[in-house]
Amino acid sequence: MSCMNHKHILQIKNLSVSFTQYEKGLRKIDLKVIRNLNVSVGEGELVAVVGASGSGKSLLAHAILGILPRNCDAEGNIWFEDELLSPKRIEELRGGKIVLVPQSVTYLDPLEKVGRQVRKEQDEESVRTKQEELFDFYKLPQNTADLYPFELSGGMARRVLLTTAMMESPRLIIADEPTPGLHLEAAKKAMSHFREFADKGNGVLLITHDIELALEVADRIAVFYAGTTVEEAPVADFQSVDTLRHPYTKALWRALPQNGFHPFPGKQPYAKDMPNGCPFGPRCPQLTPECEGNIQEQLIRFGRVRCIHAK
Amino acid sequence: MDIGPYSGILKYIGKSIIKIISLLIAVSILSFILVSASPVDPVRAYIGEVGMANMSAENLARLEAYFGINTPPIERYWNWFTDFIQGDMGSSLLYRQPVSSVIQVKFMNSMVLMMTAWLFSGLLGFILGIVAGLYRGRWIDKAIKGYSLLIASMPTFWLALVLVMIFSVWLQILPIGLSVPIGVNAAEVSIFDSIKHLILPALTLSVIGIANITLHTREKMIDIMGEDYILFAKARGKSRFSIIRNHALRNIMLPAITLQFASISEIFGGSVLVEQVFSYPGLGKAAVSAGLGGDAPLLLGIAVISAALVFGGNLIANLLYGIIDPRIRRGSAYE
Ligand SMILES: Nc1ncnc2c1ncn2[C@@H]1O[C@H](COP(=O)(O)OP(=O)(O)OP(=O)(O)O)[C@@H](O)[C@H]1O
Ligand code: SF4
Ligand SMILES: [Mg+2]
Repeated sequence: MSCMNHKHILQIKNLSVSFTQYEKGLRKIDLKVIRNLNVSVGEGELVAVVGASGSGKSLLAHAILGILPRNCDAEGNIWFEDELLSPKRIEELRGGKIVLVPQSVTYLDPLEKVGRQVRKEQDEESVRTKQEELFDFYKLPQNTADLYPFELSGGMARRVLLTTAMMESPRLIIADEPTPGLHLEAAKKAMSHFREFADKGNGVLLITHDIELALEVADRIAVFYAGTTVEEAPVADFQSVDTLRHPYTKALWRALPQNGFHPFPGKQPYAKDMPNGCPFGPRCPQLTPECEGNIQEQLIRFGRVRCIHAK
Repeated sequence: MDIGPYSGILKYIGKSIIKIISLLIAVSILSFILVSASPVDPVRAYIGEVGMANMSAENLARLEAYFGINTPPIERYWNWFTDFIQGDMGSSLLYRQPVSSVIQVKFMNSMVLMMTAWLFSGLLGFILGIVAGLYRGRWIDKAIKGYSLLIASMPTFWLALVLVMIFSVWLQILPIGLSVPIGVNAAEVSIFDSIKHLILPALTLSVIGIANITLHTREKMIDIMGEDYILFAKARGKSRFSIIRNHALRNIMLPAITLQFASISEIFGGSVLVEQVFSYPGLGKAAVSAGLGGDAPLLLGIAVISAALVFGGNLIANLLYGIIDPRIRRGSAYE
């Protein structure tokens, strides 16, 4: 189920996110942390965005929801259910049709009790019941509602964050690293919850650095490197290194335990010292002089790749 | 020893009080050293140059004994200290009255002045700071910020003079100085008169305090509006009003309390200047006269009382923190 024959829930084209910073001497610089990013989620699809720490995954989520910091600007187009989104429309959709599972407990107000926070300060019986059911579902003791965020363990906090998303009836869930700190069982439960949700015809954008997790639940995987998606491939392509397209994806594949655990030295460049042309150039075994030019995204075997030598 | 659920907080109060007492002793020693080291000859300051010339050596010696010039400083301090802990603050050399009664009168005058300024500047500064922080970069923020920066950079006496010019000289609606009208018997002073004489000094003191509290509150508000939990509240589709009510205001309370109680010491400092400018007979003015006149008992008394107030304010702030912040209330931060 990889091709473009079903309806899109989310479609992002040419998204760039940049910070305006002032260097010494008040020189204004634009720090582009996400560039020309494309990614889409179809009906019934769970798409994983996989990337190393600092590659811009959280910013991607925040850009979709229109909650970037003040000194940060996003460019590009985002469609939700085939409607091109304006900032105003995003404001209407977020928290309803589009929900976020944030990355850490700092996204909870430290001075408000967890239950009230999950209920968005609503006290109606129906809301209360829903919150209690969700706490049961995630095996959170009912007294959790009366705790403050600082009293939660890492795993509990993670589950509370998951319940906030399920309180709504969304079409799209954007989950930013929803599993670290969870026991295997709880992580699996969360993932199967996402899977069921997608199977009902909804969409999930799962942001993670854990490629193995992504391989287990996702339909498609978008590989994120230095602020852009270098490859977007159906999960089946990850069965063999030969069906993968980008040298970085291949390196990730080889680094997996079941594929020999080959370490891959080096780290992705920081936005400030991005190389010319292909951002992967400095680490790429197939680097040629042409790689320093403009790298267009190409469509190969139902997957997209940003590498001029990809086959 | 366990004294029930409040043992943590009681222990904390106990510890704080011990700390405050040691700080107060340090303050008294420091002030004592300062007056002792002062180049001002208290006797000369007391009777003036002409008086000195006309005074017999015998009388001079008696006066010097009265001022304690010939007693070694350590002994003098010790005498003061032992009296003080028995509740005797000594006698003011300048006022020829027990220090406690001088302080009582001055203290009441200053208290009215400072409380008015403290509450007024705290409340207004808090509101202005929040508005500016929430509307960061808009015209209302620019106006509030610009005004606060202007006031904050103005010397106190200068601001006082400007206010006197406006209200007393041009508009002629408020008296220039003193806490009572000149030539009126203290018993006949009406509340109305007292209030009228209070307005300008209190206004000066408040205006300065407001600027400071506004600027700090604004900074804190801006920080809070950039916090992850505010972003998430937005991402969950909460209205701006609900975000401000449920998250922003809740979280600004903690820094606001700190600011408000920390401002006590600033109000104190400001009141010394303001009382001087307006000849307002309060603690600040008495402290200045005591310092200039070498009136060690009075100065020490005032220093200790003021320091106790400031430290007491800090203690209250910390206790309020404990009530408001669940991380302290339910955690064990008091242990
Ligand atoms: N406020 C900011 N100002 C400047 N740079 C920022 C700011 N916030 C994030 N960045 C930069 O943007 C890049 C992407 O950050 P982001 O948080 O999206 O990464 P991430 O992929 O989510 O990482 P992680 O896996 O650690 O969560 C990082 O290199 C970071 O340094
Ligand atoms: S474009 Fe060149 S440098 Fe970049 S991944 Fe492809 S081969 Fe490597
Ligand atoms: Mg992140």
